[in-house]
Amino acid sequence: MTVGNPAKVSPATSAKARSGGAAGGSSGSVMPAPQRMARKKRFLKDLLYSDTVSGYVFAAPFIIGFLAFTILPMIYSFYISFTEYRIYAPPVWVGLENYIRMFTRDPRVIRSITVTLYYVLVSVPLKVGFALMIAYLLTRPARGTSFYRAIYYLPSLIGGSVAVSLVWKELFAVRGVVNRVLTAFGLEPIAWLGDPNYAIYVLVLLTVWQFGSSMVIFAAGLKQIPDSYYEAAQIDGATLVQQFFYITLPCLSPVILFNLIMQTIAGFQNFTQAFIITNGGPMDSTLFYALYLYHNAFNYFQMGYASAMAWILLLMIGLTTALIFKSSDRWVFYESKEGS
Amino acid sequence: MASAAVVTRRVSPKRLAIKVLYHAFVISLGFLMVYPVLWMISGSFKTNYEILNESLKLIPNQLMLDNFARGWAGFGRLTFARFFRNSLVITTLTTLGVTLSSSLVAYAFARIRFPGRRFWFVCMMSTLMLPAQVVMIPQYIIFRNLGLINTYVPLILPAWFSQAFFVFMMMQFIRGLPKELDEAAIIDGCSRYSVFTRIILPLIKPALVTTVVISFYWTWDDFFGPLIYLSRPALYPVSLAIKLFADSTSTTDYGPMFAMSTLSLVPVFLIFLFFNRQLIQGISTTGFKG
Repeated sequence: MTVGNPAKVSPATSAKARSGGAAGGSSGSVMPAPQRMARKKRFLKDLLYSDTVSGYVFAAPFIIGFLAFTILPMIYSFYISFTEYRIYAPPVWVGLENYIRMFTRDPRVIRSITVTLYYVLVSVPLKVGFALMIAYLLTRPARGTSFYRAIYYLPSLIGGSVAVSLVWKELFAVRGVVNRVLTAFGLEPIAWLGDPNYAIYVLVLLTVWQFGSSMVIFAAGLKQIPDSYYEAAQIDGATLVQQFFYITLPCLSPVILFNLIMQTIAGFQNFTQAFIITNGGPMDSTLFYALYLYHNAFNYFQMGYASAMAWILLLMIGLTTALIFKSSDRWVFYESKEGS
Repeated sequence: MASAAVVTRRVSPKRLAIKVLYHAFVISLGFLMVYPVLWMISGSFKTNYEILNESLKLIPNQLMLDNFARGWAGFGRLTFARFFRNSLVITTLTTLGVTLSSSLVAYAFARIRFPGRRFWFVCMMSTLMLPAQVVMIPQYIIFRNLGLINTYVPLILPAWFSQAFFVFMMMQFIRGLPKELDEAAIIDGCSRYSVFTRIILPLIKPALVTTVVISFYWTWDDFFGPLIYLSRPALYPVSLAIKLFADSTSTTDYGPMFAMSTLSLVPVFLIFLFFNRQLIQGISTTGFKG
């Protein structure tokens, strides 16, 4: 690896080498009597090897991709959200019409917002709560916890797949497994997917079922709480419950915040499961926003209207995230703030 | 002596009860968790009659392989051999692209101090929060205008420009490597480029494996991309193809649907078996959904 000449050292690293007092003394030496061509070549090489150029060369995939697949589409999306654009004909400027229509003449938009908010509000806390509870249970010193963790993690690995959604649909079918269990206990079977009151809970359950990935994050966080905290609490006579509420929860609160936010963002965008299991029905009771957006864009080909919906989605996600962040001042505890 | 050892190991009845309760609870909840999966697997061996009328039973009356044969035959002249090949093509090319490009970008952000680094880093992290819906429609329109609908280009190409999740994961990994390693190489006259290929890449192999694994199963499971960009069934990946069982106008043929669903999850199960550790590591180091 020690090929090449020692002179071409980037300023940043040579500064570090100097401050470190490390060997690198040759970095200041000047090459004796260089030819002009060689000097030119050297200049190009130095340029190519400089931090600025090499940094941009390495970051190029991201920067190009970001401009081409994020920024350009975003600008375009913003523009067409003010147009009527039925893909087969060029977009026609309609000003704020799409946004006005969403909130005044399209009750299904309001409906889908309500459904989505309700779904997020119910499923996210349940999912994060479950993840925390199981993660806590599985960090107890007991045999087999890593096996158990793998078992609980599995659903989150496959939960997003079409296969699982198809299975879920059959589990909750009128003659499905869930109703068999209900009737075995002498209860009335329920038309889970046919009743507007229940269908949403089938989807909530499917979401909560996939708590595994949050659980893994919690487990990692739990391992980082120093044992000495618990030991001190035990000496002071704190019970297990007290330890959980006064040590575990505060120490874990940044992780809780993180999981809440990531799950909320994901929750707002839920599509595949609703698309396959209920397709928004019955009576729009599971018409998730992302699903309705999809129908507007790719079934009704109202690209302008769907783009306006996408921007409102971004706004909703941003607002909700901001709200959670704002509330976090009151309940998230950062150790670094305590000034260690 | 032996009895003393036994005595010290013996736990009080209360603690034993707690222990038994603990395991009983964790195991029964775990069974509930995997029940849907077991049910799907058993369903792929059952007759339609059994699936509908004896749905609670997990062990089928006999191991029917007929479902697999009928399911594999697929739809019309398209067999599942075709769909699996399609999935494999999309997944391989996507995974290859995302792993290569993300490792380059991760090196830039983790090690090189170039002007604007902070700005681009913030841009990258913000794409993690950006709902796909905002860019999906214009992307669709652009790819459509380029005549790329019903090709794999819209599904594969964006992956070659790195993905924030993987960049972030690899950055965390690179930051964990001793800085002296690449600094020494640079002092010895190595360029950033050879530092990357000769030092960083070999050392971040675990992160690369994790990336390949996660990217593989994300792409394998992806439904939305293929749904909007592919309308010719001959191009369908497995995820879209198994949905066709439920779409048929006649009654759903449950047995073959479950059989192919099970088969579609086999690669994911295999990953889970062999790369469980990497998956869990990847998720807990970045802290993002897996």
